[in-house]
Amino acid sequence: MSYILLFISIVLINNFVLAKFLGLCPFIGVSKRRHEALGMGYAVIFVMAMASAATWVAYHFLLAPTDANLFFRFWGQGKAPADFDFTYLQTIVFILVIATLVQLVEMFLMKMVPPLYKSLGIYLPLITTNCAVLGVALLNIKDFNSLLPTESFLKTVLQGFGGGVGFLLVLFLMSGIRERLERAAIPPALKGVPIAFICAALLALAFMGFVGLTH
Amino acid sequence: MFKEFKKGVFAENPVLILLLGLCPTLAISVNVVNAIGMGVAATFVLVCSNALVSAVGRFIPAKIRIPCYIVIIATFVTVVEMVMGAYTPKLNEALGIFIPLIVVNCIILGRAEAFASRNGIVASILDGLGMGLGFSAALTTIALIREALGSGTFLGIRITGYFSPEGIISPASVMIMAPGAFVVIALIIGVLNWRRERRLRKPV
Repeated sequence: MSYILLFISIVLINNFVLAKFLGLCPFIGVSKRRHEALGMGYAVIFVMAMASAATWVAYHFLLAPTDANLFFRFWGQGKAPADFDFTYLQTIVFILVIATLVQLVEMFLMKMVPPLYKSLGIYLPLITTNCAVLGVALLNIKDFNSLLPTESFLKTVLQGFGGGVGFLLVLFLMSGIRERLERAAIPPALKGVPIAFICAALLALAFMGFVGLTH
Repeated sequence: MFKEFKKGVFAENPVLILLLGLCPTLAISVNVVNAIGMGVAATFVLVCSNALVSAVGRFIPAKIRIPCYIVIIATFVTVVEMVMGAYTPKLNEALGIFIPLIVVNCIILGRAEAFASRNGIVASILDGLGMGLGFSAALTTIALIREALGSGTFLGIRITGYFSPEGIISPASVMIMAPGAFVVIALIIGVLNWRRERRLRKPV
């Protein structure tokens, strides 16, 4: 049950774009056409879920001062796990893991699934600097670090996946609105980005209505 | 030289004109104190990474330059994280994950790639200072409006409520939530567009 609640909350209530302000650059940049928005959204779901899993593994086996830390396992005779606390390297390690992962995914898709690469390929390089991906990795550690390993891993992957789904949902809604806006009479000063932000404000207001779902 | 500094603040303001670094701008601009803290942190990273990229840029092979820039930026962000955690723990908590997220702030990577890798150290430092100041100025302006309308305070001091207990205008908490941020930045960009259009139309 708590997993379903977590999913609903991350997609609708704590939506990454509208409530947490993560991933705004692609939200404004790639929301002009619906098919572009879908391509970007799928790529983000994929990368966010995988990055969540990969950063969890890196954090628990390399950085965190626990029994599972590999440095402690191999070189820890006569020392406490706390001597192997590398959590201060979190930011650097996470961004490197994400950058490598995106590169790997790109190469894998190019070689093994060319049609998918054709539709997602151009969006993948942009995703490394999408703050939603690094953001979800950091939030996972903050939110679930105190849980037992299995539960924390499952929730981490679910938060990554759900975050991506929420991103896709909002991006798709926004692209639909912006396609209509092109033919609307808007004051010239507000054309383009400003009116997109105003629509985002209305969307955010509407999404605030979902808060009641969890009560 | 001064030109490099000035362009970041006005003509090429990273947030309001180039539309970079939107995530921290909107998320942090809840009050002025947070905005200034974020501005200082980002400016520090921007200046240091610009200086280092411009100094060692020509030794980095072109193919792996982006990962190298990211590592340089991430190093300075870690420095900021540690310093803020030690000396300003409250601010550090308020800014939360947006401090480590300076790594993926497109302003910093953008300046490293577009400016610092091709220019001298002094020019790069000035460019970083200007861009950082432009970022901070935009952030603080948005925060000023949101804090005044949303919580009725300025730097934490109440500015409404002098005439009656509730004040003439009671704060609208929607302004410090997500929709307020989107509306404020939309209107600021709108006003800038309107001014630019008027200026272009004038000579005719």
